Formats: sequence, C-alpha cells, structure tokens
Amino acid sequence: MKQYETVIGLEVHVELATRTKIFCGCRTDFGAAPNTHVCPVCTGMPGSLPVLNRKVVEFALRAGLALNCEINRYCKFDRKNYFYPDNPQNYQISQLYLPICHDGYAELDLPNGKKRVGIHEIHMEEDAGKLVHDEWTDSSLVDYNRSGVPLIEIVSEPDMRSAEEVIAYLEHLQSTMRYLGVSDCRLQEGSMRADVNLSVREAGSKTYGTRTEMKNLNSLKAIARAIEGERERQIELLEEGRPVVQETRRWDDNKESSHAMRSKEDAKDYRYFPDPDLPPIRIPDAWIEQIKADLPELKEAKAARYQSEYGLSAYDAGLLTADKALAEFFEGTIAAGAAPKKAANWLTGETLRLLKESEQEASSIRFAPESLAKLIGLAERGVVNNRSAKEVFAAMFAENADPEAYVEAHGLKVENDAGLLAETAKRVLDANPKAVAEYREGKEKVLGFLVGQIMREMHGKADPAQANEALRNLLSKQ
Amino acid sequence: MHITDHTATELAEKIKLGEIGVTEAVKASLERIGASERAVGAFLTVEPEKALERAREVEDGIRSGRYAGPLAGVPVAVKDNICTNGTRTTCASRILENFVPFYDATAVKLLEDAGMVILGKTNMDEFAMGSTTETSAFAVTKNPWNTGHVPGGSSGGSCAAVAAGECFAALGSDTGGSIRQPSSYCGVAGIKPTYGTVSRYGLIAYASSLDQIGPIGRSVSDCAALLSVIAAHDEKDSTSVKRGDTDFMSALGDSPRGLRIGIPNEYLSDGLDPDVRDAVGRAAEWLKDAGATVDCFDLGLMEYTIPTYYVIASAEASSNLERFDGVKYGYRAAEYEGLHDMYKRSRSEGFGEEVKRRIMLGSFVLSSGYYDAYYLKALRVKALIKRAFDDAFSRFDIILGPAAPTAAPKLGTSLSDPMKMYLSDIYTVAVNLAGLPGLSVPCTVNGLGLPVGVQLIGDCFAEKKLFTAGAAIEAARAADGETRFTRPVSVCGGAEEAAHTGKECAR
Amino acid sequence: MAEIITDKTMDEIEILAKLHLTAAEKEKSRGEMQRMLDYVDMLNRLDTSDVEPLTHIFPVENVFRDDEVEESTPKEQLLANAPQEKDGQFLVPKTIG
Repeated sequence: MKQYETVIGLEVHVELATRTKIFCGCRTDFGAAPNTHVCPVCTGMPGSLPVLNRKVVEFALRAGLALNCEINRYCKFDRKNYFYPDNPQNYQISQLYLPICHDGYAELDLPNGKKRVGIHEIHMEEDAGKLVHDEWTDSSLVDYNRSGVPLIEIVSEPDMRSAEEVIAYLEHLQSTMRYLGVSDCRLQEGSMRADVNLSVREAGSKTYGTRTEMKNLNSLKAIARAIEGERERQIELLEEGRPVVQETRRWDDNKESSHAMRSKEDAKDYRYFPDPDLPPIRIPDAWIEQIKADLPELKEAKAARYQSEYGLSAYDAGLLTADKALAEFFEGTIAAGAAPKKAANWLTGETLRLLKESEQEASSIRFAPESLAKLIGLAERGVVNNRSAKEVFAAMFAENADPEAYVEAHGLKVENDAGLLAETAKRVLDANPKAVAEYREGKEKVLGFLVGQIMREMHGKADPAQANEALRNLLSKQ
Repeated sequence: MHITDHTATELAEKIKLGEIGVTEAVKASLERIGASERAVGAFLTVEPEKALERAREVEDGIRSGRYAGPLAGVPVAVKDNICTNGTRTTCASRILENFVPFYDATAVKLLEDAGMVILGKTNMDEFAMGSTTETSAFAVTKNPWNTGHVPGGSSGGSCAAVAAGECFAALGSDTGGSIRQPSSYCGVAGIKPTYGTVSRYGLIAYASSLDQIGPIGRSVSDCAALLSVIAAHDEKDSTSVKRGDTDFMSALGDSPRGLRIGIPNEYLSDGLDPDVRDAVGRAAEWLKDAGATVDCFDLGLMEYTIPTYYVIASAEASSNLERFDGVKYGYRAAEYEGLHDMYKRSRSEGFGEEVKRRIMLGSFVLSSGYYDAYYLKALRVKALIKRAFDDAFSRFDIILGPAAPTAAPKLGTSLSDPMKMYLSDIYTVAVNLAGLPGLSVPCTVNGLGLPVGVQLIGDCFAEKKLFTAGAAIEAARAADGETRFTRPVSVCGGAEEAAHTGKECAR
Repeated sequence: MAEIITDKTMDEIEILAKLHLTAAEKEKSRGEMQRMLDYVDMLNRLDTSDVEPLTHIFPVENVFRDDEVEESTPKEQLLANAPQEKDGQFLVPKTIG
C-alpha cells in the first residue's frame, strides 16, 4: 500500500464568557429553563435591532493577540443567510469579508519538539439556539437561550498531520482561552466546538487532496476517533480508485462512523453581505495597547517563572500550568503559606491522579488552596505522617473535609509518646527474631518491614522516621 | 370650526388652554373615522377603548405637568409596520396577520412620552413595498380627495388618514419615497428625515440602510413639531445618529431670504406631467418672492438611481424578510411535508406578489457569482450618487423638485406593470440612497381635484432649512387664496359625491 | 446583456428564498427578473473601478453597548405569537439530526 499523509485544518468555535449576549443584554448562563434568557433581539422579533457588546470585541482581540494574529483595524459584520429553526433571523451575524484577526499561529509543545500551527483568521459571530427532538410529536423544539451567545471562530491553516497534533492544538487553545479568561472551553457543554477539515494525500505530494468537514465532535476522544475513521475511509476510497467527495459529514461517536449531511434544500450559498444594522468597528492603536497591557501571564511564561522562581522541574511546571485553574490553585496554596515544592508535589501527584480517576478538571476541585496549605503544614510539623496525610487528602478531595478537623476526628495525629514507641519497638523485635537475625547479617532492608510492623501495632499513628530511630537504638543496644 | 379642522399644533395649544379636552379631541377623531372610513379605508386597526382610556390618562398627565410638550393630547395614527406593544402590527401582510408585538418601537414610545394618543394602525403597501397601498393584503385605501384614486404609498394609510381628518398627524416610513409621494398625492406635509435621525428600533425592516420613520401632518409646522418629538438618539439602534439640535419648530419663523434653491434640469424633463411642472414652478416663484434665489442645474446620475435603489433595497429585503418563516410568529401553512416545505408554503402563501418579487430579485443579486456584478456595483454607484449630492449642496441649500411624476393615479391601474411602477420612484429614491432629508409640501390642486405637492431636499441634517422653505411655501399658498388643503374633500359629503364635486366642496 | 435567468436559476432561487412557485408563477417571475436585470445593466455604463462600495451612509463607527445584563422577556410573551409551542419551546417540523 502507498504511504499517505493526513492533512487537517480545524474550525474551532469558542463561546465567550461575557455576561451578556453579543447583540443584546440577555444572560449567557448555561443550563437555564428553555426560552428564559431571551428578548426580541435574540429571537429575531420583527423590528428588533442588534447592538454590539464591547466586551466581545475585547475578548476577540485578547484571543487574537495571544495567538500572534494581525488585527484588522477596520472590521465589519456580515450576514450569513440560511434557513434553520435554531437561527431565529434565518441569517447569522458573522464576519466574512473583514474578520477581526488574521494570520497568527499557535506554538505547540509536541513530544518530538515544537510545531507551529497557522491561524488563518478569527472572527466574531453569534451562536444559534438549541433544537431537541420531541418523541411524542416527532417534531423538534426550539430553545433560544443560546441564540446570540457570542462566539469566536478560530480557523486554522491545514497544518496538522495527526490526531495527536490536533489534540495538542485543541489543548493549547483551551489553555490559552482559559488563561485569557475569554472562555471556559468545555467540549461537553459545547462552549468549545471543533469541526475537522481532513484530506489525505500520497506522502511527498505537494497538492492537497479533496477535503471533508466533520461535525458533531463532543470530546477529544471523539475527535481522535473521527480523525482515524475519516483518514481510513478516505484512503480506502483512494485505494479503490474512487474520488473523495467534498462534503460535510456528521460523526456518530457511538457507531464510530460518519455519514454525509446532504440535503437538496441546503443551497450552500450563504449570500453574505455587510450587515446594514451594524456600523463598522475601527480599532485604534491605543485600544490594542491597552488589551496587550492587560493580557494575563500565559501558560509558557508561567511555566518558566515556576522553574526560575520556585525551582520546579520543567515537567512539573508544565503539569501545573497546563490548566489555568490548576496553576491558580497552586499559586493560591503558596499564598496560603505552603512551600512551593510541597504544593507542587501534592497537585501534580495526588490531585491530578484523583482528578483523572474521577474524570474531572482542576476547575472542579472542591477544597480550597488554604486547606491544602494546612495539610502541608500538618505533615511538615510531623502532626501527621505521609500515610495519614494521603487519607486526609482523599477526604478533602471527596467531601471538602477540613484537614485539622479530620485529623482530630479520625485520631490520625502521630503519637509523640517516646516511651510507647520504644515499648512497641521492643515488642516487635521480640516477635520477629528472624528479621532481627537478618538485620544483624547486614540485611538493612528488613528495617522497613519492622517499621511497618510498628505502624501496624500503632494503627498507623507512628512517625516512620521516629520508629526507624527507635528500632536502630534497640538493635544497637542488644 | 370643528375640532378635527385644527392642525395638531393648534389643537395642542387649545388643549393646553383648556378650551378642548383630550377626550373630546379623541372622540372627535373617532367620530370622523366612523364617518369616513368606509370611503377612505385608511386604518387596519382602530382601538377606540384604548384611545379613550389613554385620553383620560393624558388629561391627568397634562394637568399634573407630566405632559408639557407641544403635541400633548393630540390623537395620532401609526403606520402598521411600526411595532405597538399589545396592538396588532401586520405590515399589511398575511404573514403577520395576527402578530401582536410585546414591545414598542422607540418612535412609538416617544409619542407616548410626549402625551400623544394613538388611535390605531394605518394601511400600507405590504412590507412598505409599493407606491399605491394597493399591495396591502387586507384593505384598499382611497385618496380622500378623489376616492377613485390611490392615496399613494407605501404610507398611503397614514397620509389618507391625515388628509381625511381622521387623525391630526401620523407616523409613516420612507424607504424610497413612501412618505413623500403619498403626502403629495394626499395634500399633506410629510418629511423623510436624515438617515439615523429617528430610531428604527421597532420599525419592521424593509431595507435597513434606507428605512426612516417620519412624520406626516396637515401643515409643515405639524411635521416639524412631530419630528421634534420622535427625533432622538437611541442606544437600541446602532445606526441612530447623535445630533444636537432637534428643536425643528425654531426654524418655522425664519425667513427664507438668501436660501439658495436649485432645481435639477433632470427633474423638469419632457415626461413630467404638466400639473406637477406647474406646481414646481409655483413653488419656485413663491420662494423667490420670499427672498430665496432659484437656479436650474445639472444634478447628474439620476437615471441610475432606480436600478441602484432596487438592487440594494431588494437585497436587504431578501435578508430582512427571512425571519418570517412560520416558526416564531405569524402565518404557518396549514399543510406541509417537513421543515423546508413548511418554510416554502408558509412564505409563498403568506407573502404577496410584490414582496416575493423583491425577495427573489434580492436573493439573486446576493448569490454567489452575482454579488460583485449587481450588489457591490450598486453600492459603488450609490457612492457616486452621494457625491453628486455633495457637489450640489456645495452650491445650493435646497434642491426643489417633484415628489412624484404625476398626481395620484386611478385605483387599479398601477400594479399590472411592476417596471413602470418602479420608474415612478424617480424623484424620491435618490434621497434615501444618499441619506438626505426630503420634505413634501402641498402646493396646488389639479383639474381632477387632486393635490400636487413638491419636494424640498436638503443636505444631511439640514431639516431646518427645509422647514423654513416649506413654511414659506405654505404661507405663500395661503396668501394666494389657496386654502383647500385645510379641508379634505371626501368628508364634506358622501364618498361618491366627494369624488365628483371635490373642488366646490373644497372652496 | 444581463445574465440569462434560466429555469435552473429559478429553482435555486426557490431554495434560497424558501418560496414555492407554480410553473406559471415561475415562468412569470423568470421573465420579470430578466427584464429587471436587463434594466439594472445600465449601471455598467458607469466606470466605478476606483469607487469603494458605500454600505453605511455616515462614517459612524464603534457603536457598542456595555456588557450589562438587561431584563429578558417573560417566556409567555415570547411564545404568545408562536404558531405551535410545546413545553415552553417553539414546535417545528422535525429537523434532520
């Protein structure tokens, strides 16, 4: 079989975290009862008119600057005309001719080095409403709460070559948008949506193959699977000498296959023209300078600072900054008095492990940074040993337990009674003559076993270092 | 003198002095409506109870000082493409037959804030597309001066209602002449303000870049007063303009001395109806007598205004009217198979022929492959037309010309040939393309008893000059013994009689 | 000469504009549109090669609102004009998934 290269470009829709919609003052909050965040403007009532939310322009500029884009100092909104019930005016206000940002790039950290993915453009537009199927009437129901929620569409160049690169690109966008505070970028909730444009070509070819566009990709896993599936489908067609048809396909993640979204009623002629209801936007230098000055510290800068300022490894700094919420948690823990390295260990270790286990993100951590700092303090002062600390942490993670109260309630304090410890050590040595003998033969490792026995006897409340010390004392005396 | 014989400003003055009550005025209007609607048919909706209840409220408001403006207590009518909270707003289209907005247009809110009383909603060409009010899906409106003739359009209902004395003033809308032309046909004064002067919020859009709401009154001063009420910057309309002085009444007493009036040679071409030519000539003489200078000049490009207008207006209309789809409001076909068939049947059954014609043309000129050749080309020519006016206004204060090529045509004679109907917009559409203000002022009455008005066009934001000149024409006309415009014909007797004996009645 | 409006053009316009025309209506509309476009063709007599398209008549720019919440419309009002509704939502013929 011939060698094929996959060529992928992405159209990523990001819902902006403004308080109100792009052209009216309705709330953007997710999850309200149907048709409660609506007004004449976002439901296309006759005579209503759009007025642009300034914050949307600011957020689009932030995103564009963070993605190294050129800014169109003069930009406009155009109407994209197509009929669909989730689109109340039957035209979507978007930008075609003069999008706000263009020609930028995202720099990805890949296992085999850095890679730049070009950003073709970023434009502002309004989201559509939500359609749900009603089984009883075999009809669809329309909810316009989401209609008019501001979006930016980030259109990449066809620069990606694999699912891994696509995932890395999407994670980069997610991280960047979250750092910028412009979006929470949740794929499941639809605040980030990616359409994948994919084509294949023989390795070494300079021209692109015919591409398809894939929609309905609701998770990173689905995206990876869809890319694999579509790549295989296209290669199969080419191998059979059949053409790839340029079309939009809908991915069905349950069936792990896609099907063409064809309808003779889709004219695919959007008749874009400048929206006469919205005056153009002119972006002066001062505005751009202001946005630049207000840009928060992004992932890369933060990671570098964690290394230089706190002496963290590049790996740990990378883990901590991958998610803005985690980085903020880290900084909060330090601010609450914890040692940076200890805080980093807890977060990159136990925290990420439990998050992954429960399929959650750092933004959903239930306990406060102050609690983690307290726990670190308890461990540092020897009030709890490591084993107990992990138990306390699990309780914090699961039910936001207060570490001090939990330690108290569960009697996890390390026993500082030297007499008791010596007594227990003696009992353990007496009960394990074989181990004692091995120790004397130079097998220092058995000491660990003996410490474990002390811990068991003392229900885990001994300090392992002290137990070790006590054993050595006794053994040297005997 | 009967109450309904007063102008709006006269009535407001008497209300303020306590000589006439608001309820009394509203009742007089309602009685007049009752007496003449069968002959005129200006209204689609009249709400007597609401108006009377509102009259009592306004009476209290005037007493308490809440309503102190120059038109407080005056009954008005509103064109049916302007949204009124709780009152059916149809655009004279089947597709909106039962639509009741839950919000007010900003202009309507301003009327209410000024203590005016809305009597009802007036007939119009469907979605303001037409020049005779005959494309209305619901009613035929007749010219009160001669009920065998059309009132003009698209604001034909508003102009006829004012002319027939059914209300003291009205709101219309003007996208390509829809206030100025019917004002001329109905012998009333009407102004299309500078684009952006009156908020379009709540005006159901035909062509957003050209639409403006404007006042229609029995006198130029009524127009100025009503425009002062509705002209305001509105945060809900992004194309609304912040302009300082909107006290247009102040210009009424100014002398037209020294005003430079230009008459485009193109406006007096051979095809012009002699009655209209005569009206323009008389207006020119009156203005000259009042101290203005009048010169003829070449404006240029006028033959290009109609194709430019129809491309732009249809393109915008095709998009603006997409929202009428049977989903959220309005008409939905009784039978259909699936979503797209529902769209198609609802729209085909809900829209009239002229509306569909413009939607189709607009869809075509925006479609891929034709966008540059038609739509962008029209926008480029629009820029040239704007330049031609800029040039003209460097030499003149006001452009004087006809508002329509003829007096009102007979009912039933205009719709058969759409092209011919479009061509009759020749004197009005350029004003919308260039965003200019245009005032239509009654001037003469022709042999059929039909009024003929003239149009005064000003540079952007120069409404005051128009009001000054308009008031001068009005004064000269009265001095000439031409008083007929105060007395609409049809209501002097039965409709039949009025149609034949208009002139005698008017004198 | 203007573009020739064919039956195929009319079919496409029906889809774009969501209108349903009978054969007779289609033929009539085709002729009317052809006539109108022939007329519009006169614009080509003007050289506009160095003229920018004029969309907005005034150079008004940067009209914004602040990101402040305004009261929404009560659901009952919003749905009062709906041809069909169910469970506080607009009911429409099934859309294809």
